[in-house]
Amino acid sequence: MTPLLIAQLGLTLFVFVMLLNSAAVMVYVERKVAALLQQRLGPYLVGPKGLLQPIADVIKLMFKEELRPRAADPFLFALAPMISATAAFAAFAVVPFGADTTFFGLLDEPLRLQVADVNVAILVIFAIASMSVYGIVLAGWSSNSKYSLLGGLRSSAQMISYELSYGLALASVLVVANSLSLTDIVNRQAGTWFGFVPRWLVFLQPLGFLIYMTAGVAETNRAPFDFPEAEQELVAGYHTEYSSMSFAMFFLAEYINMVTVSAVATDLFLGGWHGPFLPLSLGWIWFLLKVGAILFFYVWMRWTLPRYRYDQLMSFGWKVLLPLSVVNLLVTAAGVLYFGG
Amino acid sequence: MMPTLNDYLLLSAVLFTIGTAGVFVRRNLITILLSIEIMLNAVNLTFVAFGRSFGTADGQIIVFFVMTVAAAEAAVGLAIVIALFRHRESLNPDSFTSLKW
Amino acid sequence: MTLFYLFGAIAVVASLLVIAQRNPMYSVLLLILSFGALSGLYVLLEAPFVAVIQIIVYAGAIMVLFLFVVMLLNEPKEDTEEARLRLVVAPGAAQMGAILAVALIGELGWALTRTGGQSGAFPAGAVTSVAAIGRLLFNDYSFPFEVTSILILVAMVGAVVLARRESRRSDGA
Repeated sequence: MTPLLIAQLGLTLFVFVMLLNSAAVMVYVERKVAALLQQRLGPYLVGPKGLLQPIADVIKLMFKEELRPRAADPFLFALAPMISATAAFAAFAVVPFGADTTFFGLLDEPLRLQVADVNVAILVIFAIASMSVYGIVLAGWSSNSKYSLLGGLRSSAQMISYELSYGLALASVLVVANSLSLTDIVNRQAGTWFGFVPRWLVFLQPLGFLIYMTAGVAETNRAPFDFPEAEQELVAGYHTEYSSMSFAMFFLAEYINMVTVSAVATDLFLGGWHGPFLPLSLGWIWFLLKVGAILFFYVWMRWTLPRYRYDQLMSFGWKVLLPLSVVNLLVTAAGVLYFGG
Repeated sequence: MMPTLNDYLLLSAVLFTIGTAGVFVRRNLITILLSIEIMLNAVNLTFVAFGRSFGTADGQIIVFFVMTVAAAEAAVGLAIVIALFRHRESLNPDSFTSLKW
Repeated sequence: MTLFYLFGAIAVVASLLVIAQRNPMYSVLLLILSFGALSGLYVLLEAPFVAVIQIIVYAGAIMVLFLFVVMLLNEPKEDTEEARLRLVVAPGAAQMGAILAVALIGELGWALTRTGGQSGAFPAGAVTSVAAIGRLLFNDYSFPFEVTSILILVAMVGAVVLARRESRRSDGA
C-alpha cells in the first residue's frame, strides 16, 4: 500500500462524505434562501440561525415508517431509489475539483483531485446521466399508483428529451477544447486575456453555457422544469409512494445531481479551480465558490420563476433547445475551423 | 494470463446462441425483440475483439454502425408491436399466425 | 483475466435469465445488466469509446424505449402454461433443442477459434483514442455515416406512423 494508494482511497471516501454533506447543506440553503426571497425567516429554531436543521430533517426521516404499497412490485420498489442514488454519486467520480496536490510534500507524486481519471470523462458523465432515468421510471412503475406512473413517465420522457441538448452542448465544448478529459479542459482555462479577463470557456461559448445550464436544470427535474414532481399537479410524482429512507435517497439523488451539474459546468465553462490571488494548490476554494454560486442560482431560479406546463416543457426542449444546440455546435465547429483552434 | 481472442469469440458465440434460443423459445413479442438485441450485442463483441486483434479501429466503427441500425430497428419493431397489440390485445406471436387482419 | 471471467459470467447469466424470465419488465432490466457487463468487456478490449457509447445508446436509450413499451402494453406475465405446452408438442422436443443449442455453441466455437497458425493473443496496443475513431469515421466511413442519418430519419418517421392510432385517421386522408 503505497502512500499514493492510501491517498486515493482516502480521496474516494472524502468525496463520498463531502457529497452527502453537500446534500445536507443544500437542504438548509434551499430553505433559508427560499425564505429570504419570500421575506420570511425560514428555519431559525434548530441551532444558531437554524444551521442544524438538516440534521433534524435527517433524524426525522430516519424515524419515519417505511411504507410499501401492497400492490407494488417489491424488488423494483426497493431498487429504484438505489439506482437514483448510485447514479448521482457515480457521476461525480470523474469530476476533478482541484489541481494536483501533494498535500504539502507528504506524497511523492502529485495526487489528481479526481476519483477516477479517465480520458473520456465527458462521455462518462453523459452515460451516467442517461442511466439515472431508470431510477425514476422504475419508481413510477413499481409504485403501482396512477400519480406515480404518470409522474415517472413524464419525468423520464423529459429527461431523455433534454439529454440530447445536454450532449450537444458538451459536444460544442469538446470541439473547442479538443479533449474529452475534464482535467485537460480545466487546465486550458488557466490564465487571462488582456490581463484581467479570465480565459474561461463561457466567454467562447456563451450560448453553449446557457444551453448546458438549461438542459442541466431540466435533467435534474428542478424548477422551472419540475412539473413531474410538482405538488400541485401530481401529488409528488414518481416518489409519491415512498417514505422514510427511500424518499431520502431520492432527495439525496436530486441534490447530488444538482451538485454534479454545477461542478461539471464549473469545470467546463467557468475555469474550474483557476482563479486570481490564490496559489493553484488552494484552487479548490475557487471551485467551491463557483459551484456554490451556481447552486445559489439554481435555488434562486426555483423560487422565482413559474413552472413550465408539461407540453410547453417538451415543446421547448425539442423545438427550441435542440435546434439551438445544433446551431451552436455548427457555429462552434465553423469558428474553430476558421480561427485555427 | 490475459484473455486471448479465442476467449472473446467463444463468449460471443455463447451469447449469440442464447439470443437465438430466445427468439425461438419465447412466446412474447417484446422478449423476442430483446433476444434479437442480445444477438446484435454478441456480434458487436466479435467485431471489437477482431478490431483489437488487428490493431485497427475499424471494428469499433462497424460497432458504431451496428448500434445505430439496432436502435432504428428496435424503434420500428416496437412500433409494430404496439400496432399489433392494439389490434389483437395479445403479445403472443401465435395469435398472429393467420393472415387475416 | 478474472475481470474477463467476471464480466463474461455476468453477461451470460443475465442473458440466460432474460430469455428465462416470465415478467418482461425483469427481462429488460436483466438485459441492461448484461449490457453493462459487455461495456466492461469493451473496456478490457481497450475500446473505451465503444464502452461508453454502449451505455449511452443501448442501455440508456434503446432499453428505455423497451421499458416504455413494456409499461404501455402492460401485459404482466406471459401465458407460461401455453408456452410450456408448445415446447413439448413433440416428445423430447425440449431436450433435442438443448442438444442442438449446445451443438451450435460447439460449432461456432470451433469455427471461431481456428487460428490458422496464430496464437490468438492480442498484440500490445494503445487505447484507441476518440480522435482516431472520429478521423476514421469522417474520412473512410463518411458515406455510411451519412446514410445512417437517413436511416434514423426513416426509422423515426416509420415508428411514428406505425404507432399512430387508427381511429383518428379520417377516410379521405
